[in-house]
Amino acid sequence: MSLAILSKPAFRDFVARLLADYRVAGPVAHNGSFIFDEIRDPSELHMDYPTTLLPPKKFLLPIREVLFRFKRQDGGVLQAPPETPPTVLLGVHTCDLHAIQLLDTVFSSGHYDIHYVNRRKKTLIVSIECLGPCDEHSFCKSMGTLTADEGYDLHLTDLGDQYAVDVGTQAGKELLEKYASAKPADKEDVQRLNAVISAKWPRFSYRLDFDVSELPSVLELGMKSPLWEELGQRCLACAACTNVCPTCFCFDVKDEVELNLVDGQRVRQWDSCQLDEFATVAGGHNFRASRALRQRHRFMRKGKYILDAHKHLGCVGCGRCARACIVDITPVGVFNELYRQQQAGS
Amino acid sequence: MVAIASYPQTQLYPDIAKDIYLPFLAEIVEIRPMTALEKVFTIELPKGMSLGHRPGQFMEVSVFGVGEAPISISSSPSRSNGTFELCVRKVGDVTTALHSLKPGDKVGLRGPFGRGFPYENFRGKDLLFVPGGLGLAPLRSLINQVLDERAHYGRVIILYGARNPGELLFKEELKAWGERDDVELYVTVDRADETWTGNVGVVTTLFKYISIYPRNTVGITCGPPVMYRFVLMEFFAKGISEGNIYLSLERRMKCGVGKCGHCQINNVYACQSGPVFSYREIKGLEEAL
Repeated sequence: MSLAILSKPAFRDFVARLLADYRVAGPVAHNGSFIFDEIRDPSELHMDYPTTLLPPKKFLLPIREVLFRFKRQDGGVLQAPPETPPTVLLGVHTCDLHAIQLLDTVFSSGHYDIHYVNRRKKTLIVSIECLGPCDEHSFCKSMGTLTADEGYDLHLTDLGDQYAVDVGTQAGKELLEKYASAKPADKEDVQRLNAVISAKWPRFSYRLDFDVSELPSVLELGMKSPLWEELGQRCLACAACTNVCPTCFCFDVKDEVELNLVDGQRVRQWDSCQLDEFATVAGGHNFRASRALRQRHRFMRKGKYILDAHKHLGCVGCGRCARACIVDITPVGVFNELYRQQQAGS
Repeated sequence: MVAIASYPQTQLYPDIAKDIYLPFLAEIVEIRPMTALEKVFTIELPKGMSLGHRPGQFMEVSVFGVGEAPISISSSPSRSNGTFELCVRKVGDVTTALHSLKPGDKVGLRGPFGRGFPYENFRGKDLLFVPGGLGLAPLRSLINQVLDERAHYGRVIILYGARNPGELLFKEELKAWGERDDVELYVTVDRADETWTGNVGVVTTLFKYISIYPRNTVGITCGPPVMYRFVLMEFFAKGISEGNIYLSLERRMKCGVGKCGHCQINNVYACQSGPVFSYREIKGLEEAL
């Protein structure tokens, strides 16, 4: 929409003012890593962070959320859960922005998920451009998520002593006008921005050995690959990969009852297709009983099934699953190996 | 991978249209014990509304404090009249809790969900039903729908198998079907007892008793996971084409609305595109059978 300039002190003031009216979350340091967390003071923010342990997804699809409360007497009097406060998510990287766009599609298409959508509608996203790769595990350039044209309300690019602020939505424009002392970007600012953006691209490298547009067919052709059995031998079915994934949205639903045995709540919480019981029915039959088939299912979802269903890739190249896996199963490794096998004709 | 045909959508019960996870409450008006493990629950909808389901669809049934489970609807739309029936096997936490309920108790309900049988397309054709065990529960909905508009269909052949005579479901209805001139019913048990005088063997042993005209026959089956491959072989041996074979598949439909992921068969959400599929639709899905 338009481009504004916010000095670093003005950005701190912006965040401080937001804190009066919004729940504000952003990247903060935590035990030697970074996490997205609610902040109380702008000084907690580390806008120049490599990556976070968990993606910002947790503010839209919480690890655990109450769907409704009930009373067991009289068959159950149902009460809606408490509402989420208006939230500003700061410092979202563009890989995670792409992931949020997928989640938006998943939860607003077909049967409308009012819990996600209500929370999303109350959330403003202030994303930030990555100017260098976060570590050796990310492969955003290969996945086309190294930047984003949409999905943000405001998008920051660090120009050293100031941020260039790209206004993405009307809500972002209003947020900036109400809470920040920004100035319109002039010709020099735009030149600085262009120089910074131009300098960033060569710092990232392509890590897939083929173009991402081929990924769905690489996976489909790889359905029968012996690789899945190898992965199944290594995989510990710990579900770390899916727990840290910004696009995983599968969940479990369960009831919890208070100690008075009358009041209770139905809770939705993250689940994982990597866990043994994920596809098991009440009679005991497990429709995806081996770790090999579960790993295959995970990668098929990431690179094909989700794309077919929702027009967004299910992998955004953030590298979190690769960092989390203690037996070194990585999407780059898997995708490239499938491609190598197919090139070798095996 | 595989294109799943579009199908007539049923409306969700209005109470849950806004929040797809919020059940509505309905009263159990009758509970009929069937076997040691199965009971049939008759449930009355509030305000005399009808469920508006299709045969083959399922409900998510809540016992608050225990949880929610997907249960196929066992009654036919033709006999809805403000109530519907669920045949429930006591096999998990929710179904065990359901079995402890009494008439007058309330349950939470969401649905009806899923794609049912396209029975309008079956009109004029011979129908070969092959339910195994609890697979009769969803097929009974379609069978009774067909019997209530009997003139629209050709032959109705039912091959039903249970593990033993004590596990046969809907015995009174089986008897009534058996007495009709326009229903060809064959029943078998895997293991007989002293009361049993009929066929002994798995359900596929009944195929030898029937002759069909395959070009005009629709084969419809539902049963335990192990059964499908063997029934399919019999359907093919009789010459029924892939597009005329319909299967209702069991999966762990946790949310019922295509989000939670538990029921996925490769790229297909069984709760949305199924649980009823033609064989032609699922033959390319490695995880289906």
